[in-house]
Amino acid sequence: MNFTEYIDLLFTDYTLQTITLGTAVLGALCGMLGSFAVLRKQSLLGDAISHAALPGIALAFLITGSKDSNTLLIGALISGLVGTFWIRGIVKNTHLKSDTALGLILSLFFGFGMLLLTFIQKMPNANQAGLDKYLFGQAATLLTSDVWTMCVIAGLSLLVLLVFWKELKLMLFDADYTKSLGFNIKFLDVLITFFIVVSIVVGLQTVGVVLMSAMLLAPAAAARQWTNSLSVMVGLAAIFGATSGVLGTAISASANNLSTGPVIVLIAAVFVLISFVFSPKRGLLFREIRYWNNRKDLQLNKTLAFMYHIVKTHENIDHPHAIKILNSFQGFTRKSLQKLEDREYITLNKSMWSLTEKGFEKAANLYNQSEENE
Amino acid sequence: MEEKYAITVDDLTVAYNYKPVLWDIDLAIPEGVLMAIVGPNGAGKSTLIKSILGIIKPIAGSVKIFGKPYSKQHKEVAYVPQKGSVDWDFPTTALDVVMMGTYGSLGWIKRPGQKEKKASLEALEKVGMLSFKSRQISQLSGGQQQRIFLARALVQNASIYLMDEPFQGVDATTERAIINILKELRKAGKTLIVVHHDLQTVPEYFDWVTFLNVKKIATGPVKDIFNDGNLTKTYGINYKVSVQE
Ligand SMILES: Nc1ncnc2c1ncn2[C@@H]1O[C@H](COP(=O)(O)OP(=O)(O)O)[C@@H](O)[C@H]1O
Ligand SMILES: [Mg+2]
Repeated sequence: MNFTEYIDLLFTDYTLQTITLGTAVLGALCGMLGSFAVLRKQSLLGDAISHAALPGIALAFLITGSKDSNTLLIGALISGLVGTFWIRGIVKNTHLKSDTALGLILSLFFGFGMLLLTFIQKMPNANQAGLDKYLFGQAATLLTSDVWTMCVIAGLSLLVLLVFWKELKLMLFDADYTKSLGFNIKFLDVLITFFIVVSIVVGLQTVGVVLMSAMLLAPAAAARQWTNSLSVMVGLAAIFGATSGVLGTAISASANNLSTGPVIVLIAAVFVLISFVFSPKRGLLFREIRYWNNRKDLQLNKTLAFMYHIVKTHENIDHPHAIKILNSFQGFTRKSLQKLEDREYITLNKSMWSLTEKGFEKAANLYNQSEENE
Repeated sequence: MEEKYAITVDDLTVAYNYKPVLWDIDLAIPEGVLMAIVGPNGAGKSTLIKSILGIIKPIAGSVKIFGKPYSKQHKEVAYVPQKGSVDWDFPTTALDVVMMGTYGSLGWIKRPGQKEKKASLEALEKVGMLSFKSRQISQLSGGQQQRIFLARALVQNASIYLMDEPFQGVDATTERAIINILKELRKAGKTLIVVHHDLQTVPEYFDWVTFLNVKKIATGPVKDIFNDGNLTKTYGINYKVSVQE
């Protein structure tokens, strides 16, 4: 199927519409809540939660015998929450560092989950196939009811963010201060952690246990590069996430047999890559350009400052001086003199130069500034 | 002796992972003093402040603010945390950070409005940072960040100020500006408790002092107790600071 066929299908095929809407809503949800995980420096937590959810899925199937995704996701939610709060308990009550606790719970739960999955696969009953889709995700199995669940959760998350925006922002920036103002930080912490767990769990069917944390973190990490405002960051992350979902679905639908989850995560990773290189304020490219411009300016300013010193000793500013005097000073080239003339800081006349009014002022300012900075 | 105390601390003991950091601290801080807390690194100065603010739960003892527990009195107290305790790369502006000082009196859910914005701008003006109001906080110098934290506390309009090393990493001009504001606040009847590192300036800046090193070594008026004996007890080495009489 090529791209135009995909577009045609998007307007006619109900299944494709469902999947596209589902991945878009999931991407937006993950982007929104992922911003909080990124800014709280809890990047590993997402990984631990998603892996901790696996045994819950297997146990839910063993107990109910049903493969209905909402049933399985409740199991995932419970074991995800148990894992998360277990990690927090370990960090609080022992000397273990948080990454140690995260790693420990992650491997423990994931190992147990894999054990249960193998056990289920060996069961004589034929109804077991398909649970392994929670490992790498299978967007094609999304049903309308699944997408409804996602929409409800995304709506609830948005509502919680809007209602507690001020408190959540405060806690993100300065938790101790939040406490000193009389806010119940435990409530806020549990609230945001709960919604992060929920959003990870609803993403498992689509993206899978293994890649879910990337889905949570990538859009937020990309968004951070473009803005210095928290609300814009959360909004951008939602847009990046939703776009990754839609594009990922489109690409995997156009190219047969590419599984959707990994493609979505790859698109999100491309957003991260582009953002880290090209964002105007924090990107590597512009940082490099700024660095070179600064260096060039520094060179020019050095020359200008040197000229200023010479000119200062004379009555009138535009008194001409021989270029030769500059020879004792390393920082000039013909080119840099030309640049200074282009900026109307100096005038050149054969082997002579003189400072202009504008150049004198600029140099005097440079001087003041460097003194102020000290 | 019915003196009014801003803060009373009784038998306070705090431990991290079973290691006691504060041991059996008793303090009665009179209202209206400008007090320094001095002690070596790791003495528990930050921990004491956080315990007074209810941020850390002690294993024993109690803290009262004007005779009542902190949870009932948080509107009376403003906190300036150590500058290094937050991530200054957080996506927000100087004005936004100062506005956070109004959140306590707003309470849950209610958003700051024009009134809060006006108060925050005034606080920014007071610390000489008005022209930086829209500046991203990572683009501020250390001294400017410290001024922003001070402005955030000022906007709380509290009676007690607890400040953790407000002079850390600031230039001489900023230090002057900050101490002038602190002295002004004391004149207005506020109580100020400041963790301070530069022993030379204690007599000039403060009228009250507490020596702390896990235990409370001494507390009282600077002119009575700021001497080589107490400094030596606190810092362990033979300390000589020429105190101007
Ligand atoms: N969160 C913490 N967990 C464990 N130990 C801590 C923690 N915070 C501080 N400490 C320890 O408690 C002691 C006192 O710390 P602190 O109150 O920050 O001292 P000060 O502010 O006087 O330098 C130090 O030994 C420090 O290592
Ligand atoms: Mg400290």
